[in-house]
Amino acid sequence: MSTLEVRNLHVSVNTENGAVEILKGVDLTIKSGETHAIMGPNGSGKSTLAYSIAGHPKYSIVEGNVTLDGADVLEMTIDERARAGLFLAMQYPVEVPGVSVSNFLRSAATALRGEAPKLRTWVAEVKEAMEALNMDPAFASRNVNEGFSGGEKKRHEIMQLELLRPKIAILDETDSGLDVDALRVVSEGVNRAKENNNLGVLLITHYTRILKYIKPDFVHVFANGHIVEEGGADLADKLEANGYADYVSM
Amino acid sequence: MSILATNYLTPTGREEAWRFTPLKRLRGLHDGTAEISLRSSLIVKGALPSGVSFVRQELSPLASSDDIIIERIRGNSQEVAHLSISANTELLAPIHLGRLTGALDSAELSRVRISLGAHAIATVVVENSGDTVLAEDLEISLAPGSSLTFITLQEFESKSVYAARHHAVIDKDAVFKSVTVTVGGDVVRILPTVEFIAPGGSAELLGVYFATAGQFFEHRMHVDHAVPKAKSRVNFKGALSGRDAHTVWIGDVLIRAIAEGTDTYELNRNLLLSDGARADSVPNLEIETGEIVGAGHASTTGRFDDEQLFYLMSRGIALEDARRLVVRGFFNEIVIEIGIEAIQERLMNRIDFELERAGA
Repeated sequence: MSTLEVRNLHVSVNTENGAVEILKGVDLTIKSGETHAIMGPNGSGKSTLAYSIAGHPKYSIVEGNVTLDGADVLEMTIDERARAGLFLAMQYPVEVPGVSVSNFLRSAATALRGEAPKLRTWVAEVKEAMEALNMDPAFASRNVNEGFSGGEKKRHEIMQLELLRPKIAILDETDSGLDVDALRVVSEGVNRAKENNNLGVLLITHYTRILKYIKPDFVHVFANGHIVEEGGADLADKLEANGYADYVSM
Repeated sequence: MSILATNYLTPTGREEAWRFTPLKRLRGLHDGTAEISLRSSLIVKGALPSGVSFVRQELSPLASSDDIIIERIRGNSQEVAHLSISANTELLAPIHLGRLTGALDSAELSRVRISLGAHAIATVVVENSGDTVLAEDLEISLAPGSSLTFITLQEFESKSVYAARHHAVIDKDAVFKSVTVTVGGDVVRILPTVEFIAPGGSAELLGVYFATAGQFFEHRMHVDHAVPKAKSRVNFKGALSGRDAHTVWIGDVLIRAIAEGTDTYELNRNLLLSDGARADSVPNLEIETGEIVGAGHASTTGRFDDEQLFYLMSRGIALEDARRLVVRGFFNEIVIEIGIEAIQERLMNRIDFELERAGA
């Protein structure tokens, strides 16, 4: 049982015009097995929250704290956060030229498990994860994210989620750019990870359609750098009907 | 032992061709003060297949040169170590050439010829290693329809000096591919040059280099499109780490007025892994006709991409491992073109070692 706690998180980013505060006091608690949807208009700071928790150097923590099972996440390096059990599925996964998917996955699994996975079981594990996401086996020999279509990038992110077995995953607009079939395949992957590993999920999205496949226990409305309303799955239905207009003007 | 005659123009460092090279570290190769050894270090490793011979004989040069060191080598001796692959010979396994022990207190002036008869197909690997001062005039002759993959590895010890021209003369429809690897030595200066003498030929010049503290590696390409319908590609990738690591890449491509239908592209990428290192990169395309298929160049010099490191680290991979993956990936595109697994692995391990030693 794991708990990710975000308390009064203020985050700024440096721009040409100096530091600009993007997160203005975020409070959030995610436990194993729970799915939290964070919904909000573009530019509200949802992705900043995701990247700040993962430790992207672009963002400066101004105030507040983030803990995973009591350990201070903000004191950890990027890789330490991952090894502590956090995972970020990125909206724009980065190309790494010359590094094959299989080499990358094995390097990551070795780092996370503390030892290199046994070759035979590992090959079977990767094959199974790829098949489950309808991915061509040839995918493993391609360079990480290089020349991938939008859908392939997202499948690759969720494949990592299943293989690397984090405690808490943040999915940053995993639904963007996916057609209906890909959305279903990717959502099934997330649901498998929830079921198999009792994964806690922070699902960041702009649209409600992914919530038909991945059922949230809690919905948080994000606007202007903090959470402005919270509720159950029914809150998403209200957003579907009314949009974000009520919150943006606040 | 003899002292070289001094009736050559000695470069001062102000000449375009010498403006980057640290002349004082050339151990007298450029100004004739080097003591000349009679050693002849090039050897064949393993048995030669049929259709291939390796003999020392007197040969006049294939092509003229305006490089002072090449002129001094030619003035010193007519003898050439000649690897000859006869017409229609198709070799499945590579031919490996290596070096006998050299010395740092005297210089070897070496002339080498690799010639392929018509429609011959071969891979030749030259492994340069050890402590040596070596100046080399290496000429390659490709008869019509022949195909050569030429791999040259500079894995010298840290005090060595190597100044060479690797000049390929490409006849009709011949295919030349070279992979130049420079990872060891104090000063390495190679002129990979190509001239097309009949239409339909192609040249692909690939290279990787990794310079660490104090090392100077220069690769000065010249591709002469003097006939119509030839194709050339140049792609060199380098990494630098440590104080006063210095690399130079010059890509001179000349498309003469007669060379209609030319297709050329050259590329150089450098990865700066620390402060205090310097990469000079100068693509230079001279075009005398507009009737060409394509001509282009690109050159970039940059540091680690923070987004790549973030992505890898966000999967639990520690910073030094992430850097190693990125550097290996950077070189991989060229290294796999060597096509000989044992050499590829040795090279990647060397790159890991250099990276670790540099503490980048």
